[in-house]
Amino acid sequence: MRRLLRLREVGLRFGAVTALSGVDLELHAGERLALVGSNGSGKSSLLRVLHGLLAPDTGSLAAEPGLRQAMVFQRPFMLRASVQNNVALGLWLAGTGWSAARGAALQGLERVGLRALAGRSARALSGGQQQRVALARAWVRQPALWLLDEPTASLDPHAKREIEALMAAFAKGEDSRPMTMVFASHNLGQVKRLASRVIYLEQGRVLADLPVDDFFNAQRLRAVSGAADLFVKGELA
Amino acid sequence: MSTFSQSAATALQLIGSFDPALWTVVGRSLLVSGLACLLACGFGLALGAWLGVVRFRGRGACLTVLNTLLAVPSVVVGLVVYLLLSRSGPLGYLGWLFSIQAMVLAQALLVLPVVTALTRQVVEDAERGHGEQLRSLGAGTTLRGAMLAWDERFALLMVVIAAFGRAVSEVGAVMIVGGNIDGFTRVMTTSIALETSKGDLPLALGLGLVLLAVVLLLNALIALLRGWRQRAENGAMPSLAGHLA
Repeated sequence: MRRLLRLREVGLRFGAVTALSGVDLELHAGERLALVGSNGSGKSSLLRVLHGLLAPDTGSLAAEPGLRQAMVFQRPFMLRASVQNNVALGLWLAGTGWSAARGAALQGLERVGLRALAGRSARALSGGQQQRVALARAWVRQPALWLLDEPTASLDPHAKREIEALMAAFAKGEDSRPMTMVFASHNLGQVKRLASRVIYLEQGRVLADLPVDDFFNAQRLRAVSGAADLFVKGELA
Repeated sequence: MSTFSQSAATALQLIGSFDPALWTVVGRSLLVSGLACLLACGFGLALGAWLGVVRFRGRGACLTVLNTLLAVPSVVVGLVVYLLLSRSGPLGYLGWLFSIQAMVLAQALLVLPVVTALTRQVVEDAERGHGEQLRSLGAGTTLRGAMLAWDERFALLMVVIAAFGRAVSEVGAVMIVGGNIDGFTRVMTTSIALETSKGDLPLALGLGLVLLAVVLLLNALIALLRGWRQRAENGAMPSLAGHLA
C-alpha cells in the first residue's frame, strides 16, 4: 500500500502541557484510521499535526509530495454567505476560479443532499446541515487524505447517522476516488462501523495501534495495552 | 428654564426655516467628518484586520500603544497636527493650516486608533474562533484577515459609525487646526462653542439639536443594521448578508 504520511517520535507541548509525546505513525492509502482516547489525550493535536496546522516541537513528519488534504472540524465555520459560496470557498482557496468553484460546489451539495439549500444563508442551517456543508466543502477538493475531528460530537442521532453514512461513502469512494480517512471519535460504535484501524491515545502517547477487529477483541487489546482495554470497557459499559 | 425653552423654540424655528447659516455649518461638519472617517476607515480597517491575525515579535507592545492612542485628547491631536502643518513644520509646505484639509487630517488621525483598535479586536476574536478552519482551507494571513473582516462586516459597520460619531462631535482638534473661520472652517462644534460665548444661545442650541439628531440617526442606523443582521442570519433576507450569493 502507498504510504501517505510518516511521523517519527513526534512531540508537541503547549507550555507545561504535553500534548503529544514520541508518536510514531505510518498512514497508508485507503486506511480508515480512528483516533480514540479520553478528553485531552492528544487526538485533536495529532490531527492538527497531520494536517500541518500545528508544527511538532520534536520529531519529524514526512508526507507524500503534493498530498491533498482536507479537514472537517467538530463545529464547522460557515462564512456569512450562501451555502453554495461556503462550499465554493474551499475550492477557490485551493486555486480554482470562482465561477468553476461555484459550479463544483453545486455538485458537492448535490452529493450531500443539500442542493436545494444552495442559495440559503449558511448560518441559518441546523448543526447537522452545516456539518454536511463542511463535508461537501471537503469533498469538492477531492483530497487524498481526509481528517475529521469528532465530526458528529455535537449532533443529534439522526444527523449523526447522516454524517456517518456520508463518511463511509466518501471513504469507500462510491462516486469518486477513495479517500484515506483519519477521524477522532468518542463513539466506539461509530469507530467499529467506520474504521479499519484504531489508535488509542493517552496523555499524548500512542498506547495501542491495532486493526479494528483486534481493538474490539478484549484479549488482544489487553495484551497490547491494559489502559486501552479499560477505556473500551468503560465506554461500552 | 424660560431662557432654555425660549432658546429651544428659536432653535427649532431656525431648523425648520432651513436657516442658511445653520445648514452651511451643518453641511461643512458632515463633509469634514465624513471625509476624515473615510480616510481613517480606509487605513484603519485594513491595519486592524491585519493586526487581528498576524503574530510578530513586539505585537503586544504595538497593541498597548494603539490602545493608549484611544484615549488621546482631541486637543493634543489638534496640537500635533498644528505643529506638523505650521509654516515651520515638516508639512508646512502644504499650506493646509486653517483649512478644511487640516481639519480632515486632524479628525482622521483622531479616529484612526479607534477604527484600528476596534477592528483588531473584532477580527482577533473571529480569528480565535475560526482562523484555524480558514488556515485549513488554505487562507494565508492577509487573506484570512480580509475574509474575517468581511465576515464581521456588520460589527465593523458599527465601528465605522462609532468613529463618525467621535469625529463629528469633537471640538478641540478642529478648533486648533481650522481656526473656526466664519464661512470657511466653522463647523457645528466650534460654532456651538463660539455662539455660547457670544450669548447667541438659540443658534448654539439649534446646532446642538442638529448634532444630537445626527447622533440619533447614527444610533437608529446601528439598530437597523442589527435587525438586518439578525434577519440575514436567519436566512430571511439574503440581499445584504447573502451579498456574495
